[in-house]
Amino acid sequence: MGKWRRNTVGGMKIGIPKAFLYYKYQKMWCSFFEELGHEVVVSPNTNKNILDMGINCSIDESCTSAKVYMGHVEWLIGKCDRIFVPRVVTFENGDATCTKFYGIYDIVRATFPSAKLLHYSIDYDEGQTEWKAYKKLGAELGAKAAAVKTAYKNATLALSQFEKDLAEQQENALKADGLKVLIVAHPYNIYDKLMGEPIVRALKELGVGVLYADIPDSMQMCNRSKNLARTMYWQYNKELAGAVDYYQDKVDGIIFMTTFPCGPDSLAIELIVRKVKDMPMLNLIIDSNFGEAGLQTRIESFVDILSAKEKHHV
Amino acid sequence: MYKISFPHMGKYHVPIKRLMETLVGEYGEVFAAPPITKRTIEVGTKHSPEFVCIPFKYNLGNFIESLDLGANVLFHTSGDCRMGFYNEVQEQILRDLGYEFKLCILETNARNRSLRDFHAMFKNLNPRLTYAKTISAILLAMRIIFAMDKIEKYVRENIGFESQAGELEKIENEFLRNVAKVKNFLGVGAVYRKYIKRLRAVKLSKPEKPIKVGVVGELYVLMEPFSNYFIEKELAKYGIQVTRFIDVSYLLFSPKHKIKNLLKESDGYVSYEIGADGTDSVAKCVYFAKNGYDGIIHLKPFGCTPEVNSIPIVQRVSEDYEIPVLYFSFDSQTSETGVKTRLEAFYDMLEMKRGTQ
Repeated sequence: MGKWRRNTVGGMKIGIPKAFLYYKYQKMWCSFFEELGHEVVVSPNTNKNILDMGINCSIDESCTSAKVYMGHVEWLIGKCDRIFVPRVVTFENGDATCTKFYGIYDIVRATFPSAKLLHYSIDYDEGQTEWKAYKKLGAELGAKAAAVKTAYKNATLALSQFEKDLAEQQENALKADGLKVLIVAHPYNIYDKLMGEPIVRALKELGVGVLYADIPDSMQMCNRSKNLARTMYWQYNKELAGAVDYYQDKVDGIIFMTTFPCGPDSLAIELIVRKVKDMPMLNLIIDSNFGEAGLQTRIESFVDILSAKEKHHV
Repeated sequence: MYKISFPHMGKYHVPIKRLMETLVGEYGEVFAAPPITKRTIEVGTKHSPEFVCIPFKYNLGNFIESLDLGANVLFHTSGDCRMGFYNEVQEQILRDLGYEFKLCILETNARNRSLRDFHAMFKNLNPRLTYAKTISAILLAMRIIFAMDKIEKYVRENIGFESQAGELEKIENEFLRNVAKVKNFLGVGAVYRKYIKRLRAVKLSKPEKPIKVGVVGELYVLMEPFSNYFIEKELAKYGIQVTRFIDVSYLLFSPKHKIKNLLKESDGYVSYEIGADGTDSVAKCVYFAKNGYDGIIHLKPFGCTPEVNSIPIVQRVSEDYEIPVLYFSFDSQTSETGVKTRLEAFYDMLEMKRGTQ
């Protein structure tokens, strides 16, 4: 019986929506699933079609990032055995995520009742640690405890190596000459091909060095964030706020990029903008019918200001 | 001399004012923010971030109007959603506007609230405060809240059926005036009994099976009638019996509000907490659907993430149980006429549905 079960569940095709936490944990998830003998299917880069699918199956007021996520989930339906919809809500240090992440698993369930899902829930407040979540996930996939343990360990290593590489790249970018701009945005917004990439591309075409606020070490940034926001408890926003504090005397300008109507950003950006003095800042709000041309113009004029300011200094 | 003030939510300024007056004693004067008006929300909106949720704007408007009256200590509560981060941003906005004040936070989350912190906060204002006094003041305030919630619940369920409009509300207001003046714990019981008796004596003309509607959603727009365009009063005009679970005694002290019980009540529609009161909304929709209610009204501030989370799930409940749900989203641009028209259409639909059954 046990053998039969292993045969049916082993070697599954697991679909991962390329949105939300994918941009944080992709290496960990892929490594974990692959090591346990499963095939991973990642949905393609966000395109107009995926966004439209997401808009059509979401309620209007949902944030654009969540609509994009839903579009990716829908794209995966029928293309894999299970769709991986993780739930990450609280962390070891007591911080939390946006409540969107509390609900996303149940939202997907309610929106696509026939879709076969796979998930874990990381919620330290409820005693569900990361390891316990992976252990349960591994068991659900029918893997042996020892194999799950090794896969988890290797997945953790894969993620920290990935993060280290990115941090190194960023340190090098910081040493380069020329104008530098810090982009303060959730990774699922700025690294998204449809929403974030046009911004990065526009900056690079203008010869501006781009730094990302989500890259430096999470714990250090969370500690630093207290200088700007004493009582904030959204871990992902703390990382960004800490990075603003860390980079503010190393860059020429800051671009905030958020999607409409992001709850945590609506307050976090307001506070940072009020606290950081003497720094050119641009706030870009992306919604589901944004125009790239308008975006380009705003970025160009922002960079003009930065160059004018630099010349003035010299 | 401290001049202490706090923002509004429904009628809860009565017990809050009483609580603070007792705790601060002769060291301060306590007053609730001026009643909410159109100006409050205009001022609040003007200084708020663009797409923050509406309770933030009301609170900020309240604070500004209190500060303009000379308040130098402001009180606010914490919250489980982005409300928990309101304080620091509001404080910064008010300081940037040039106001000087001290901001104190009443912790509402059961996990973090502690008697010691609460006592220390008031001891800071009133050096002569003793633990005994703190405890008795809290108990008295709780007792008042329980009593007023029970009175309000009776009024809510029956206000649509009074023979003479306004009678129940008149008695409720008189109750609030008197309960504010009670000397002690026992006094609350006596006042409560007196007024609940008077309320029950009011003549009602209730049909045998009135149309019943359950109201769910985000706590602030549920409990602050100004922010929901007095929707419950509007429902009463149609002779609808309104049920709502969320009030302060429910949120702070009811075991039914515990996440474990809500998940059970939601009957598999949610497998985890979906944030703040979103889980509660789903659980109560399932309850209303199972208990023969005619319809559900879901209220939230525009963009409220936990309630936005709850909507796709509530839609599923609505479909499965064939119970109609009307959704409202409130922000500073909401039109009152729009709210009334939609309510009217909803009522007509419920009535027609009754007729065909």
